[in-house]
Amino acid sequence: MTALPEKSQPNIAIRTEILCHHYRMGETVIRAVDGISLEVRSGEFVALLGSSGSGKSSMLNLIAGLDRPTSGAVIVQEQNLARLSREELAKYRRHVVGMVFQSFNLISSMTVTENVELPLRFAEVDRQQRNARVQEAIARVGLGARAHHRPAELSGGEQQRVALARALINRPRLLLADEPTGNLDSHTGTEIMDLIREFNQGLGMTVVMVTHERDLAERYAERMIFLADGKLVDERYNTGVGAATTKAGGAS
Amino acid sequence: MKIPDLTELAFRNLRESLLRNSLTTVGISVGVASLVAMLSLGIGLQQLASRRLVKSGLFDTVVVTSRRDLRNFGREEQRSGPTPGESRVLDENARQEIEHLPNVVEAYPDIRFITELRYEDKPHLTMIAALPESARSNDAFENLQGSFFSSETASEVILQKSFAEELLGRVPKPGFDETKLAELAPLVGKELTMRYAQREAPTASQSQSAAEPGAAYSVVSRELILKVIGISDLDPESMRGPTRGRAFLPLKLAESLHVVQPTDLREISRSSGDAPVYSSVSVHVKSPKQVQPVEEAVKKMGFSTFSILDATRSLRQFFAVLDLFLGIFGSLALAVASIGIVNTLVMAILERRREIGIMKAIGASDVDVKRLFFAEAGAMGILGGIVGVILGWAIGQAINLGTNIYLKRQALPPEHFWSVPGWLIAAAIGFAFIVSLLSGLYPASRAARLDPVQALRYE
Repeated sequence: MTALPEKSQPNIAIRTEILCHHYRMGETVIRAVDGISLEVRSGEFVALLGSSGSGKSSMLNLIAGLDRPTSGAVIVQEQNLARLSREELAKYRRHVVGMVFQSFNLISSMTVTENVELPLRFAEVDRQQRNARVQEAIARVGLGARAHHRPAELSGGEQQRVALARALINRPRLLLADEPTGNLDSHTGTEIMDLIREFNQGLGMTVVMVTHERDLAERYAERMIFLADGKLVDERYNTGVGAATTKAGGAS
Repeated sequence: MKIPDLTELAFRNLRESLLRNSLTTVGISVGVASLVAMLSLGIGLQQLASRRLVKSGLFDTVVVTSRRDLRNFGREEQRSGPTPGESRVLDENARQEIEHLPNVVEAYPDIRFITELRYEDKPHLTMIAALPESARSNDAFENLQGSFFSSETASEVILQKSFAEELLGRVPKPGFDETKLAELAPLVGKELTMRYAQREAPTASQSQSAAEPGAAYSVVSRELILKVIGISDLDPESMRGPTRGRAFLPLKLAESLHVVQPTDLREISRSSGDAPVYSSVSVHVKSPKQVQPVEEAVKKMGFSTFSILDATRSLRQFFAVLDLFLGIFGSLALAVASIGIVNTLVMAILERRREIGIMKAIGASDVDVKRLFFAEAGAMGILGGIVGVILGWAIGQAINLGTNIYLKRQALPPEHFWSVPGWLIAAAIGFAFIVSLLSGLYPASRAARLDPVQALRYE
């Protein structure tokens, strides 16, 4: 991975170069991400695995443009996030990235429709177009009947579907999922994971998922990257999972 | 984010914590109400004062004199004009010319002379002045005892109160209450004998002997019986100082008397033809605002002018200062209310920290977040402003009503000293809006700076 040209090959979606993210907590310096270099191909489904504190969530935040690296580079679609202004980072989050979280992170005062519509407001999409796109996204995650409910009236699985619809609405190339099934029982978790795989395979989105459940990663991800203490410790390909062998490892 | 979306989100956020935001808005409206109430009181008082002054006729009058007239009234006055050499004779032709200037309502000669009025065989020397028909609407005659002249040529006289007292032999003692006008009423209808010096045109034979016609005249002593028709308690000519009249005759009557004027002797050598020459001409202007242009125009014609424009200017200055102070006191409440806005919005940031984090994670920029908080502050400002103006107007109406009930009990005419002009309404709402935006400045930038990762971790 040394001496890679700044411009990545067209099929590389994400590339990090000796990425570090350090922060202070009192007297001690926490090295959340400590020199990680990796590449994710376009359309790939990658799982970041590790125990809590291993730096996997920090890694995801750096790729999402929510955090800035202390040193190193994150290159997504040929732009180095470390060099973007705050405004450009917001634009990047708006158009390139869709995110889902463990705790769903829906706005409780808004209905399903309004939550899904919100990124379109930030993207300044015309009102006429919005409605159709919102309905399409809600239908895609199978929540058409619940469009005017508030998050509190929905089950956990349904809330995560809303979050997925919201992540999808601006048609990003990248889906970043931070423990998407962490607050769900295994059955609903599987449903959500199936949806994510559908986005990956049907819409061709590159997926990076943070999880600590290894079996989940083995079932859905093409590649598993193991982190510990902010460092990349292992990397493993799941044979039988991936674009080439789509339906084989599917919803069994 | 587009403006319709911004306002929509702002209003839905305001609805979310309805009680707190309404209380903040009520705070703003109380501030705006106090501001509106204070300023409309100031404006109303100013309007009342200037209404009175306009009615008094002091501020829409320009006195025109020939530059030859060296009399000084001994009062603060504006006296300027051409050098004596360039001056013209102030005669009937000049008067008509002045009357045809734009914005001039009328120009009438000032006829005033000191002469003797006999009442019950006692002589009283006083200044007599002529009043035009238009003086009927003058404020000074509002409380007239008796009535105004029945016609412009009637042999009637209106007396100034102090002169009427003199005729009745009453000397007002200092410290005592002023004499009531009604006590002087017996004088109305009585007759006075006026002795005066008439200027008589030369006879045919005399004018032949003199080389120039109209260059000489004789003075004849005459008497005229005048009926007292009214007594005025105000001094309609107070600006004229020692030369002010204390007894008034109708203008046409005074003109027909051809009383010898002090200027006659001075102008005799310059007089051309038969047109009468006046010592001064009063020019009545449409409104006090036009005094200055009319003065300029008259000066260009070669006359001296003077007016009491300065007095209205200092009056305006006084009210500007008064309005400023009232405005400052009124704004204090608004300042307190703006602290309320800051408080509410800072609380909202703490409360909505996670929400801000979510918005940033799904693509909101710093500017979006900042604008959202601004919009919320601005919406509270505009709402508070509108409610405040209504409230302030209601307070004004209530005070107006209350004072007028009091005035009525005191047997005084009602007054309208409360005025809420359109610009004040617009300015108050605008001011509330700006104050709110300024209050939103700190919370908005604080919300915008929020670190999304930290905010999302916050439960």
